[in-house]
Amino acid sequence: MADFLQLLVAGLATGGIYALVAIGFTLLWQTSQTINFAQGEFVMVPAFFMLAAMRVLDVPFWGAVVFGIALSTIVLGMAFKKLLVDPMLRHGVLPLAIATMALALFLKESVKDFYGAEAQPFPPLAAAVNVTLFGAAIAVQSLVVVALAVAAIVALQLFLNRTRTGRCMQATAQNPAVARILGIPVERMIMLAFVINAALAALASALVTPIYLAKFSNGEYLGMAAFIAAIVGGFNQVRGAIVGGLLLGVIDNFSAAYLSAQYRAAIPLALLIVVILFRPQGLLGRREERTV
Amino acid sequence: MFRMVVAALTALSLWAAGAAGAQAQSGQAAKLAFIGELSGAGAVSSTNFRDGALMAIDEINAKGGLLGKKIELKQYDTQTNPGTARSQMQKAIDDEPYAILGPIFSGIVKVSMMLAAQAEIPIIMGGEASDLTQQGNAYLFRTSFGQQASMPKIANYVRDVVKAKTVAVVWVNNDFGKGGRDNFMKEMNARGIKVAADISTESGQTDFAADVVKVKGINVDAVFVYINEEESARFLREVRKQGLSVPLIGETTLLSQKVIDLAGDAANGVRGHVGLSADVPVPAVQEFKAKFHKRFGYLPDHNGIKGYTGVYAIKFVTEKIGKFDRKALAATLHGLTISPKDEPGILIETSWDDKGDIDRISFIAEVVNGKQQITGELPKLGK
Repeated sequence: MADFLQLLVAGLATGGIYALVAIGFTLLWQTSQTINFAQGEFVMVPAFFMLAAMRVLDVPFWGAVVFGIALSTIVLGMAFKKLLVDPMLRHGVLPLAIATMALALFLKESVKDFYGAEAQPFPPLAAAVNVTLFGAAIAVQSLVVVALAVAAIVALQLFLNRTRTGRCMQATAQNPAVARILGIPVERMIMLAFVINAALAALASALVTPIYLAKFSNGEYLGMAAFIAAIVGGFNQVRGAIVGGLLLGVIDNFSAAYLSAQYRAAIPLALLIVVILFRPQGLLGRREERTV
Repeated sequence: MFRMVVAALTALSLWAAGAAGAQAQSGQAAKLAFIGELSGAGAVSSTNFRDGALMAIDEINAKGGLLGKKIELKQYDTQTNPGTARSQMQKAIDDEPYAILGPIFSGIVKVSMMLAAQAEIPIIMGGEASDLTQQGNAYLFRTSFGQQASMPKIANYVRDVVKAKTVAVVWVNNDFGKGGRDNFMKEMNARGIKVAADISTESGQTDFAADVVKVKGINVDAVFVYINEEESARFLREVRKQGLSVPLIGETTLLSQKVIDLAGDAANGVRGHVGLSADVPVPAVQEFKAKFHKRFGYLPDHNGIKGYTGVYAIKFVTEKIGKFDRKALAATLHGLTISPKDEPGILIETSWDDKGDIDRISFIAEVVNGKQQITGELPKLGK
């Protein structure tokens, strides 16, 4: 039972991080039909912004996290939309998807050139102490990750559902033409989605890098895991991305512990295939029909 | 007429081939190739190895070079990918180096070493998997212990010092890890120590939460951890995070400076056997460590020493035979012992046997306050 609980909390911590990244996929897809294949790299890069703030600007850790999130919203949010998405999207979804693949390579190689190919240490979010819950020693660091991820998700849900701007974003996602007629500044709402995506990715970066260490290649697995989580949960629903992320994190940990460590990377893919076969819109997704 | 043309072309091609073969010897520079994992999962080890080699080459060049020629080091990145490694090895061979330094990862060595052997180019490599030198490759030489030499030492340590009756083994599922795990299991069985858990992990693995929970769930006296550098650091951080208090035992890698740097406080308390370390109380090694740190801005680990001493081994043998002759280099290195009094760059007396395996003194160490501390010295196996 103790093992089960420990694995569950560790899985929820990992899943919470996946969920933050997966939400970005759904936000961008809903508001601008953008599939960002550089999403993993959007999680990798902010860690290096934070390291630079700590090492070059001598900013303390939490200040560096804030700095990293702020810089990410500018570089990976606004600049990304203005310089890459806007010029490419008018040519269709596919050219944009390919452009984001190129961006992923560019970001990865740039970080490798600038910081080197080796992993670098990244400070933990909390002291390495345990608390005992139902007889299981649970790492406080895992609880902090879960708490921060949940707090970010709840804040986002409140923003989307309880504020005027949030509802304007939802209207933009559902029908941009009607939203525009209703006087909603659609372009600004889309830009906001990109900024939120960058902020969530940067937060995920601060949560995951103490575990992964800062390395140029971190985005490869994270991007794939989040993409799978978004599809499993439902690509057109934020709550689907949350469920998909948490599910993937928990399944990953349980499969590594109880099934096979060698095949742990294959389990999410198997889950993806099952979902696509039996519920293509995802567990919580909405069926979308297109006319030809 | 046709026969004359064929004969002339044959003679020309033979001359060209001969000239190319001698190019490494007769040019203005002595060409060495470094083939290593400069990106991907092996980047930490290989960068250390490469930097050690670069430092040795610069020192030799500053003193007039090798047999009067400057040494040039051309670098090839395997990207820790076996497929890329083969093509990079072929590329290096096409450039006709006098000798090859690297690769470092055993699996990468395994897939590429026969290409160099067929070209009769000596490889001074960093791989530690036991089977590498068991395949009759006359051009392959280690720069550190193979697992068949290091595992008996760590097994004795587990039995005599840790006094463990049951252990868990956490290993990485690649050639290095599998070779280490197999040898360790054999040595544990020979000493009557029970291996209660056999936990495999993946190369490049980032999340060790499930593995540490598994270790926590069993009652063992010690955990033997045999995974690569970055993964070792991630594992140690997870161990610290989850509060696992069982002694963690390692062999060289787990106690390396890079792992300590990456793992931070989580590395404290780790102990075990180190075949080679920049922290051994040998003045020449300490001098090497200071020079390395001054030049590259980070502390070297055992791989830095492997690269450095590998170059000096080539230098010593080449000066001994008095010419750039790849076959003679390989033949002379077999069965040779190089002592620091004959070649200071070798740092610690080192012997190679007829298979290219290495023998030198080794050490018992523990990580205390973020530093590796040597607590004992073990003699050469041949003594």
